[in-house]
Formats: sequence, C-alpha cells, structure tokens
Amino acid sequence: MFLSKNPRNRKSNLRLVVNRDAKFTNFVEFRTHKVIYRRYAGLFFSVCVDMTDNELAYLECIHLFVEILDHFFSNVCELDLVFNFHKVYLILDEFILAGELQETSKRAIIERMSELEKLE
Amino acid sequence: MNPFSSGTRLRDMIRSIRACKTAAEERAVVRKECADIRASINENDPHDRHRNLAKLMFIHMLGYPTHFGQMECLKLIASPGFPEKRIGYLGLMLLLDERQEVLMLVTNSLKQDLNHTNQYVVGLALCALGNICSAEMARDLAPEVERLIQFRDPNIRKKAALCSTRIVRKVPDLAENFVNAAASLLKEKHHGVLITGVQLCYELCTINDEALEYFRKKCTEGLIKTLRDITNSAYQPEYDVAGITDPFLHIRLLRLLRVIGHGDADASDLMTDILAQVATKTESNKNAGNAVLYECVETIMAIEDTSSLRVLAINILGRFLSNRDNNIRYVALNMLMKAIAFDDQAVQRHRVTILECVKDPDASIRKRALELVSLLVNENNVKQLTKELIDYLEISDEDFKEDLSAKICFIVEKFSPEKIWYIDQMLKVLSEAGKFVKDDVWHALIVVISNASELHGYTVRALYKAVIYSEQETLVRVAIWCIGEYGDLLVNNVGMLGNEDPMTVTECDAVDVIEDAITRHSSDMTTKAMALIALLKLSSRFPSISERIKDIIVKQKGSLLLEMQQRAIEFNSIVDRHKNIRSSLVERMPVLDEATFNVRRAGSFPASASTMAKPSVSLPNGVEKPAAPPLVDLLDMDSDDIMSAPSSSGADFLQDLLGVVDLGSSSAQSGATQAPKAGTDLLLDILSIGTPSPAQNSTSSIDLLSTADVNKNPSNVLDAISSPAPPHIATTASAGMFDLLDGLSPSPSKEATNGPAYPPIVAYESSSLKIEFSFSKAPGKPQTTNVQATFINLSPNIFTDFIFQAAVPKFLQLHLDPASGNTLPASGNITQSLRVNNSQHGKKSLVMRMRVGYKLNGKDVLEEGQINNFPRGL
Repeated sequence: MFLSKNPRNRKSNLRLVVNRDAKFTNFVEFRTHKVIYRRYAGLFFSVCVDMTDNELAYLECIHLFVEILDHFFSNVCELDLVFNFHKVYLILDEFILAGELQETSKRAIIERMSELEKLE
Repeated sequence: MNPFSSGTRLRDMIRSIRACKTAAEERAVVRKECADIRASINENDPHDRHRNLAKLMFIHMLGYPTHFGQMECLKLIASPGFPEKRIGYLGLMLLLDERQEVLMLVTNSLKQDLNHTNQYVVGLALCALGNICSAEMARDLAPEVERLIQFRDPNIRKKAALCSTRIVRKVPDLAENFVNAAASLLKEKHHGVLITGVQLCYELCTINDEALEYFRKKCTEGLIKTLRDITNSAYQPEYDVAGITDPFLHIRLLRLLRVIGHGDADASDLMTDILAQVATKTESNKNAGNAVLYECVETIMAIEDTSSLRVLAINILGRFLSNRDNNIRYVALNMLMKAIAFDDQAVQRHRVTILECVKDPDASIRKRALELVSLLVNENNVKQLTKELIDYLEISDEDFKEDLSAKICFIVEKFSPEKIWYIDQMLKVLSEAGKFVKDDVWHALIVVISNASELHGYTVRALYKAVIYSEQETLVRVAIWCIGEYGDLLVNNVGMLGNEDPMTVTECDAVDVIEDAITRHSSDMTTKAMALIALLKLSSRFPSISERIKDIIVKQKGSLLLEMQQRAIEFNSIVDRHKNIRSSLVERMPVLDEATFNVRRAGSFPASASTMAKPSVSLPNGVEKPAAPPLVDLLDMDSDDIMSAPSSSGADFLQDLLGVVDLGSSSAQSGATQAPKAGTDLLLDILSIGTPSPAQNSTSSIDLLSTADVNKNPSNVLDAISSPAPPHIATTASAGMFDLLDGLSPSPSKEATNGPAYPPIVAYESSSLKIEFSFSKAPGKPQTTNVQATFINLSPNIFTDFIFQAAVPKFLQLHLDPASGNTLPASGNITQSLRVNNSQHGKKSLVMRMRVGYKLNGKDVLEEGQINNFPRGL
C-alpha cells in the first residue's frame, strides 16, 4: 500500500485517476490491485490496496490523514506538502506502517509529531 | 544542525524547480543540482550530507535517477544524532527497496538502533524495518522486534507489532514466535496498540493454522467483548468519526472475527449477537458507517451458517445497491457476488438494478456488474438477460465491448436452450463486436452449425444478410465458411423455416461476398485462405459461374503469401483440369464432432492449436463413416458414376486434406512432398495430417491400407471378382489423388494399377538404352492415354543432356511433361510422362516416332525409332 501525495510520482496511476468523472466511484482496478483515491481541490490522494481490502475504510483513512495534515500545517495547502515533504513522510510514518494502519487518533499523532519536532 | 530550518538551500532548490516552465528547463536544473550533490559527496563533508540527501529525495520523487546517493543513506544512518538518522532512514525507505544489495549493509545498523537507549531512534529503526524488510533481515532481526512488542512505550509497541506483520509475511516460519506476544496485545486499552495487535493476529491467522486455532480458543470471547465495548461506548471525541467510535478498529476487529469464525461453528455462534447488533445499529448515512456495515456483511457471509444473519446482510446489500453513491453501489456489487453462493434467489431479486449497473458510465461499476450478471444467469432468464446485454453491446464503449462480448458468448454457450437461438445470438455478437471474439468461440459456432443440419439453410441465409452490413472479421470467416459449404442452400432457399422471409440471392451475389473478403486489404491470412477454399467449393456448387470463380482464384496466384499462391495454383488446376473429380473433392465437410471439439477446447492448447481444431475434428468423423463401406462402394460401382460416389474414401480424405490446407499448411506440404515415393505412402500421409495421435487413426489407416492393397495387387481383386470394373475404379481413385498433387511425377504404384488393363511395353531397345512405356487412362476420358515412359541406361557410362522427342500422326495430339532429369547414370533411369489424345479412339491405335539424344563422354549420340507395338484400344 502506498500513499502518493505528490501526484506526479505515480504517472500511470495519475492518468487513470485524474481523467475520471467526479460522479464515478473512487476506486479503480489497476493490474492486480485497486487504487482508492480522493480528491481535495487540486490534490489527489491515492492508496493502492489489495483486491480484498475494504474500499470504504480506505476512503475514510485518506480523510483522516488529510485531517491530520490540515491540523499539523494549520490549513494545509499544496505548497506546504511540497516544501515540507519530509514532514509529510514523518506524519505518514506515524500513521501507517508496513502497509497497515498504526494509529487512528488524530490527537495522538499530533502529540507525537510535536515530540519529534523538538528533537530536530 | 537542522537541515531544513538552518540552510535554505533545499527550499531554494524546490522553488527553482517549481519555477521551471518546461520539462527541458526542469531537467537542466536537476542536472545541475545532481552535479553539485555528487561533488559534495566526493568531498565527504558530513555537514552537507543530510541536506544533500533531502534534495536527492525530492529529485527522486520527480522521477530522476538517484542511485549515487544510496551510500550516503548508510553513512547518515550510522551517524549518532537523531536528525541525521531520521533523514538517513527516510532516504533508505524512499531511494532503496528490498531488492537492492546495499540493503545487506544496513542490517547491522538496524540491529544497533533497535537496541538504542533513545526510544525515538528505536522508533525510526522499526519504521524503516517495517517498510523495507527483506526475508534475510526478517530472520536476523526477528528476536529484537519480538522483544520490543513488550516495550513500555506504546509508540514502540505498536510499531513493533506492525513490523512483525511484515516479518511473518516475509518468513511465515517465524509466525509461531509471535503468537504469544500478539495475544497479549489484544488486551490493550490503547487504541493504537490494540489495532496493530488485531492486525498482527489477523496476519498470523491467515498464514498459520496453529496460530488460528490458538486465537480461536483463547481470544474469541475477548475480541467479541472488545467489539461490544467500542460499539456501545459513549461519545469519544478522540476516535469519533461521523458518530461512530473508531470505525477503523471496528473494521479490523470484524475482519479478525471473520477468519476465526470461518470454518468453526462454535466460534461463529459466539459472535452472532454482536454481528447482529453491528448490522442493525450502525448508522448508514455516512461513509464511515457504511464501511463498518460492509465489513460486517462480509464477515456474516464468511462465517458458518447463521441464516437469519444472512437475510439481514443481503437486505443491507440491497439498500447499498439502491444508494445514489457510486462507491456504495460498487461495494454492493462486489459483495453480492459472494452472496450468490448462499442465496441465489435473494440476489436474483436485484437483477434489474444490477443490469442497469452494467450500463453505468463508470468502468469500475460496469466491470463488477457484468461479472455479477454472468453469475446470475440460469436457464430461465438467459433469453431475457442476453437480449438486454446484446442490445447494450450495440451502444457500449469500444473498450468495454471486449469484456461484454466475451461474457455474452460465455453465457450463450453455457445456457443456450436451443441451437437456433444460439446461432442467432452468436451472429448478433459477431456482427457487433466480431473483432473481439476469440478464435475458439467462432470455431465452436461452426461446429454447432455443422451439427444442426436442419438449420444449414437458415444459417447461411442469416449469415449472408449479416455479412452484407458488417465487416467484422470473425463474422466474415463464419459466413464464408458457411457459404462455401452450403452455398446451394443459400441460392435455392432450401430448408426455409416458418418465420423466414424468402430472399433472392443469385450465385453471383454469393460469390461477391467471398470475393470481397479475399480482396479486402484488412482481411488476414486465415480469412483469405478460408475464402479460397470456399471458392473452390462454390466452383462445383455453382457450375454456371465457375469461370468467374476461376478468375478470382487465378488472381490469388499473385498473392504475396506463399501459402495462398500455392493453393491458388493447385485449386486452379482442380477447377481447370479435373472437373471430373472436383465434385467429390469439394463435398460438404462431414459433420464436425462436438464432443471431440469440446475436449480439445477444454484442453489447454494455445491459439495455434485451436486453429487446427476444425480439420482435425473432422477427421475421425470422416473416417468413421466410410470405414466399412468404401471398399464395397468402390467395387460395386460402375465406372460411369464413380465421380458422383458420395462416400468414396479417397474423396473424403482429399476433402480432409483440403480442410487442412486452409490452416495447417506445413503439415500438408510435408505430406505432399513425400507423395511421389509411393501411392500407399501418400494415403498414409494424408491420413496423418491433422491428427497428431496415431491411435485415433489406426482403424482408418487400416481401411485405407486395404484400399491401397487393391491398388497394389489388382490381380487378386480380379481373381476375386469377375467384373472388369473394379480395378478400373481403383485406378481412378488413386489417379485422383495424384492429380491433386499435379506436377509431381507419378509414382510406381500407378504402373502397377494399370497393369491389368494395358500391359506395359518395351517401346525401344538398343545396346545402351531401353525405353519402357506404361499406360493409364484418365477417368471419363477414354480417348486420352497417359503414358509413363521410363528410360533405362544399359551401358556402364553416364548419359548427360538426355532428351527424348516424339512425333505422332495428325489424328493424335501429344503432350510431353518435363522429364524427371536429364542425366542418366549407369544402370539408372529417368521417367517422363506423356499424354496422348486419340481423336479416332476405337478406330485407330497409337503410333509414334521417337528420337533420343544424349552426350556420352562429351560426344553427341542420336538414336531413333518407331513405336507401333502399343496395346490395342488406346
């Protein structure tokens, strides 16, 4: 499972996703996996999951991740993500590990982030 | 120290890259940055290292190669400070994957960091391990990770738990080491640790049966209690999503219960109540609630029989299906596919809705719905469903037609109630989406048509109508095959069905269709070859326009495809010179054997083999029918009507040979090249074409051998039967075979077969040369004699530039074929065939003057003579 924040780094995936109508499902079958995506203004967040995974749960998962980003960067925008990609990865590493959900509490992750920031 | 706050250079680089207007500009900036980074790496300055790596990661995300930075990651990981390690591990996860050798070097650093006193450093190492761990690393580091599952800090515990899921995925043998630790995690109150523990248990249960048994016994009740607690818990702002407390944990717990309940009635029983509670109480107006319901339905479907729950689950899916949100409909379709195994009736109720989903503009929904529909089809609804699908095929997107037509063909073949319906539906599919139809599907259609003798006329007319409007290649192929086989039924409106309108198709119209196919540029080799065969067949079915057909065949002599060229020449000579055997050559194909075809089709042979299926299928049938009668037929028949003998074995086999010709070219050729060796060989060769297994054939080859015996030892037959006709017939049968392979020198067997009627003569003999003539008559042409001349060198010297010339009186016409060679070795021989047409047959006998020239040791030698000892009656 991967999360690509910068849509440019998954080009074939991007083409699949971006050309879709807004009313379509947020799921695209992609080779042996499914891509679950969600659009926030100009940003697409997509996750590649196994065929048997719960699509709706991953949609929720993307939303939680976006909420955390929003909270962390206070009103997140694309530029925050581009210039602070390493911090985005830091959050992601606290949120998902080995392809599985690690923490579901927004507060816990934000607290953990502030601890880690102190170290840098 | 912080690479991101102190230096502005990473920000600068990102800014300058973003400012680029063109891709070329961007490449130039990246190239310059990469050059700077390399230079800096070479200077080996530890202060710039983390900044360089951070830049490299950004460059990597843009898709540029960054392999030269890999060693920098390792150096940073080995440095003492947290920020350096953090960047080093991030670089490790981004720039490398588990296939790279460099990874071997990092195992030791990981081991040290897993034992580090700073828990944040331990967290970094666990995170990296969880993302890039290979099988070797898993074996080396499993003990450290196992220990860390019991670490005091929950952040480490949850990371260690997820790291373990990757380790057991990589090395399933390690699973048992983690079972106890995983079980202890299930008692956690901390949601983060609990959810990772549940995931680890799920992973262990799926890869190890003992672990599954253990968790089933020890943890089922605990898990059910946990699920009940969070379902019933009061509002918890920290975990609340749209009114549901931690839907993620809900979903993970339901998933774990699914593997525990699956295959175990007791465990399933225990969880019935809580599943019913989740299924009924969960709010379904938000995505989070639907996600939980969806997971719950899936669990209900998977655990052991609890029928009341299943009714509940299917009702939920029904609600999903009528939801306006496409996502919800998509998952409903997905689940209904599983539900169909339990309760077909319940799913059938939603058939209309599902059919609508097939027509959805969204490809994801269409694909799912189509699969579901194909599962829903049964004998009762097949007609209605197929009609809907075929109607939709006409208006669907091009890229969906392939899937759709394949499914329709599958449904039609599997559930077809009657042949005429099957043929109708297949014609519709071929007309609409023929180019997407696989070879085996239209081959199957031909087999079915061939077996439905009462529908031949109807089918060929329907195909004719369809092919006028559609150029789909597979449709054209089936149409030309049928027109070739049943062209006469098309023209004469034979076998009209009650509901059919009479139509007027002239022979020319039918040939037009085939001419279009053979001249169309888009037609491929197979289509053209099939068209050529159809033309040959029509030349006999439609004698009035056989000249026109011949012209079309002749044009193919110029084909760039060798196979087409060769067949055109052969067919032309059949049309041209062998009118008498043509009708028996081009009889209808014997009925194709469905059972054999289905067996072959089911077998896993590739496309090339499946194209051979048609002729090879036909062979056993063709053999079985005449197996016993051919000899009798041959012997009983009068020489006058031999040509119309419908089941003479020779003709059947020639026909099979023709069937092979259109596709299996190489084998046919190999048979042909061997033909001159011996007549019996030829028969066997023809037999062996198209049937790879000799066993299948053995009976037929015996039959044929016995026919061949007649040819070989005609005197025996003569002895046995007093009528003079039989040997004559035998002769014509084998002569027919040779005529097919026109241009090759006739074989010795021919001499033998002619023996009794016209004994061979010694036409000329000198001290050095002997010339023998043997005779045969082409069937139906008593005035024409085929003469086989054999020149035998009686001297011990070699004759070179050997040439034979002959002259005849005016009432004879003489045609000389090329000799088999122009060099006569000592005691060797050359053969040459002559054809003499006697216009005063019966009144005057043959007479001939001959001259032979050759070089002996460089000297010209000339020998002359008159031949007037021809047998009477030639």
